[in-house]
Amino acid sequence: MWLRSVFKSVLLGVPIGITFLDTIGYVARVEGISMQPVLNPDSKNTDYVFLSRWSVRDYDVRRGDVISLVSPKDPNQKIIKRIVGLQGDVVTTLGYKSQYVRVPEGHCWVEGDHTGHTLDSNTFGPVSLGLVNARAAYIVWPPSRWQRLEAKLPENRKPFLAKQ
Amino acid sequence: MAFMRFIGKTCGFIGYALQTACVTHCTFEYVGDFVMCSGPSMEPTLETNNVLFTEHISPRVNRLRRGDIVISRSPSNPKQNICKRITGLPGDRVRGNYPKRNQVVPRGHVWLEGDNSGNSADSRVYGPVPEGLIRSRVVCRVWPLDKITLLSQY
Repeated sequence: MWLRSVFKSVLLGVPIGITFLDTIGYVARVEGISMQPVLNPDSKNTDYVFLSRWSVRDYDVRRGDVISLVSPKDPNQKIIKRIVGLQGDVVTTLGYKSQYVRVPEGHCWVEGDHTGHTLDSNTFGPVSLGLVNARAAYIVWPPSRWQRLEAKLPENRKPFLAKQ
Repeated sequence: MAFMRFIGKTCGFIGYALQTACVTHCTFEYVGDFVMCSGPSMEPTLETNNVLFTEHISPRVNRLRRGDIVISRSPSNPKQNICKRITGLPGDRVRGNYPKRNQVVPRGHVWLEGDNSGNSADSRVYGPVPEGLIRSRVVCRVWPLDKITLLSQY
């Protein structure tokens, strides 16, 4: 009898958990050096970030936000980058096929903070906003690095022409 | 006493509603859902106001094939969904106008075209679509009732 009640609560608990992770957010480990120095500042320990799904429910993203998105090259992989330009902006690229790019409608321009060691829009071009998965809001682990991730862009990476 | 019973009943009802909502969310997000399509781009296969049953499993396990009809987020507007047919997989040579006339579909992308090629905004206009935007694969049409048909190739 108790087995049946355990089974029943698992059957009802799993969908509630999944829905929570899908709508509110979840914690994920950051791999790689592409966002140094903000994330994974040294190679010894890896950071865990809270990815907020709720804040991208309407695809409202701002310049400077750290976001996780589905890689345009591999749908099974998620990458974490910073938004540099939104639709309509003209961005100065770093090694893309043209020096200036106007970000098309419904797209954004993403870059890793660690210039030169990151696979970002400078390689694969502007990405569709539909690929944005979540916004990285906090570093939650290790505890000594607990902090909010601010939306900021270095002065030299601001869009050349920002639309509003 | 009656008040306590009222509180208990309300909590029970809210919990039940929450459970139902979560189960519905998971079913529609991971198993399958119903989509109403509109617009002329998939005529004569699909017409406006047809209701389709779509499954979310194939896109998650990357079992997409040429000829599948899929629901995808529009590359130029993430809040809008599009319904098109996959005509090219990564590595295929395709014909389009964007970004150049003859091209090879890059890794992680698919080529989507509407069946009504004269009246369809598809990959020929906006280029290859990342696989990450594809939400589900159309299985069958369930409405109108006299036109129930299987639309996948299994």
